[in-house]
Amino acid sequence: MRSNRAVELSTGLFVLLGFAALFFLVTQITNREYLTNGGSYTVQAQFENIGTLKPGAAVSMAGVTIGRVESIRYDQSIYKAVVDMRISSQFNRIPVDSDASIMTAGLLGGQYIGITPGGSEEYLADGSRIEFVQDALVLENLINQLVASFSQRSDSKGDN
Amino acid sequence: MSLLREIVENLRSFVATVGAVALFLMRTLAQVPRALTRPGLIIDQIHNAGALSLVIIMTCGLFVGGVLGLQGYDLLQRFGSEDALGTAAALALIKELGPVVTALLFAGRAGTALASEIGLMRATDQLSAMEMMAVDPVRRVVVPRFIGGLIAMPLLTVIFIAIGIFGVQVVGVQLLGVDAASFWSQMRAAVEVSDVMEGLIKGVVFGFVCSLIAVYEGYTATPTAEGVGRATTRTVVISAVLVLIFNYMLTAVML
Amino acid sequence: MSHSAQAAIETRPAAADNLVEVEDVHYSVGGRTIFSGLTLSVPRGRITAIMGPSGTGKTTLLRLMTGQIKPDKGRILFDGIDVTSLKLGELYRLRRRMGMLFQNGALLTDMDVFENVAFPLREHTKLPEALIRNIVLTKLQAVGLRGAARLMPAELSGGMARRVALARAMATDPDLLIYDEPFTGLDPISMGMIVRLVRHMNYALGITSLVVSHDVEELAELADVGYIIAGGRVAAAGNFAELKKHDSELVNQFMNGLADGPVPFHYPAPDYYQQLLEGSA
Repeated sequence: MRSNRAVELSTGLFVLLGFAALFFLVTQITNREYLTNGGSYTVQAQFENIGTLKPGAAVSMAGVTIGRVESIRYDQSIYKAVVDMRISSQFNRIPVDSDASIMTAGLLGGQYIGITPGGSEEYLADGSRIEFVQDALVLENLINQLVASFSQRSDSKGDN
Repeated sequence: MSLLREIVENLRSFVATVGAVALFLMRTLAQVPRALTRPGLIIDQIHNAGALSLVIIMTCGLFVGGVLGLQGYDLLQRFGSEDALGTAAALALIKELGPVVTALLFAGRAGTALASEIGLMRATDQLSAMEMMAVDPVRRVVVPRFIGGLIAMPLLTVIFIAIGIFGVQVVGVQLLGVDAASFWSQMRAAVEVSDVMEGLIKGVVFGFVCSLIAVYEGYTATPTAEGVGRATTRTVVISAVLVLIFNYMLTAVML
Repeated sequence: MSHSAQAAIETRPAAADNLVEVEDVHYSVGGRTIFSGLTLSVPRGRITAIMGPSGTGKTTLLRLMTGQIKPDKGRILFDGIDVTSLKLGELYRLRRRMGMLFQNGALLTDMDVFENVAFPLREHTKLPEALIRNIVLTKLQAVGLRGAARLMPAELSGGMARRVALARAMATDPDLLIYDEPFTGLDPISMGMIVRLVRHMNYALGITSLVVSHDVEELAELADVGYIIAGGRVAAAGNFAELKKHDSELVNQFMNGLADGPVPFHYPAPDYYQQLLEGSA
């Protein structure tokens, strides 16, 4: 009731500045996906080893993010990790025989799910399950394989 | 033995103070609905706590961002990941430095102003005069200031972060030659809206804490010149400690 | 109260009852007893003075009367209503019938003079702005400061600030006006203005006035009845002629401004001669 024009003006400017900063942060700094129009559907995949995949990880095709990992849980009856993925509705032409692999972004990057398209005419819908999966590459297994292949080669050389 | 007694005494007065603050908070909150009928008073206080703190917040934001740019670049360079400067600095600012530094600056500038204003009113009998005139000083003086601080803090936090990122950009891209495109794109890829929300929540909580401490200390100050001085000192110290403690707890919960 | 004082009041016309009754009040804080059996009456429509050495709790008495603090024992009646038994809301309503002038004015420093005087009206009444304006100007006119309506409290002298505070205390036309040390720290001219105002408020408007002060000289001219409070209770009461002739040594020292008496000049100290000798040894 007592504030004069100048005070009201500067307060208004301050508040607007604050909201402008917030707007700037939310739109310019963060992932834009949340701002694209809504609508998504859920697709499932079962892995024997998910590596370090976390909920919120990206789901991408051809390198472009089309969705997010929504949840990961362990199903005791099939002894596999069940991963639910939420895919943006605009990407509704993913063949049912596509391949979902767990990949690593760069050397130190986090893991994400990359989907390679198959050839089927039928497309994934809400609740579908991707049959073909590739588990995360576990470093120990890789090394064991490498060591095994070296020793194999030296054995075969030795035989000659 | 007397050391033990001292400790027990300190503990007891600490618990009593916590109780007093809690009761004061309830009394303040109870008066909020009626205080909202005088929006002019609240606007005055948002101006007092927020608009007048802008200069210090923006200046410090710029330099904190700048130093983040320098240190971040130096650190990341050792791993060959200078491109990640944008991500690293933005996340540091949004989640930690922004809310905490803003809160400490707020306590120092706005907190002391609030405490000394109210303390002075206490010392010059203005609060007693109001009581005599059957006006509840909590509703008239304390609540608008509390709400003003509560609204101003998160806004100041966000402004600090935004200016800070600008500062990182100036140092990183302009001065040190980090590639502008990767600076922004990496930042965009890594920072989520939830991160910004975390920073905002911290801003609100810290605003709550700092404003409450400031108005409490002012209201309960000894009505002398030194009493007011002590109240303002205590405001800064206690606000700072509580902000850091709450920061840890919030981070632990939100991570 | 002494018989003659009682009689003096009772023979006055139109001063039949007491606006405020303090009955056997006991109050202590922090282990210190401030009042132990204090009883006094403030007669309606008269100017009552409350005096006493520093620290006897005069301000505490005012806060007890206005309900800001509660006595440990005893009652305080305002116009027959027991102040000590009221809840906060009722207390606030009762306080509208009292106006208090604080020692240094206690004006709200973030508003100008006009807003300060208008404050109680704005907070408690829903009067239209035009009417509030008239009331404020009238009150300011009564204290001689209508022209200062737009000044800020920081720009006022001590005397002017007190007059504005008086206008503010008058804004809601209270039944009781309490003056807490109204003469302290004023130059003779300002003091004369305040005295004139206190008298005017009482004589012209019939407002019961209660003045707390040390200033025996001024009060002697002004007050109808005086109480001297010492040692936690009423040490003497009556009109000023009687008080000046009172047989208690303490009252005598106070009323006549004697440097030494029951309140000693020398702070307790060891023997003077001894202390000097020790120093030079």
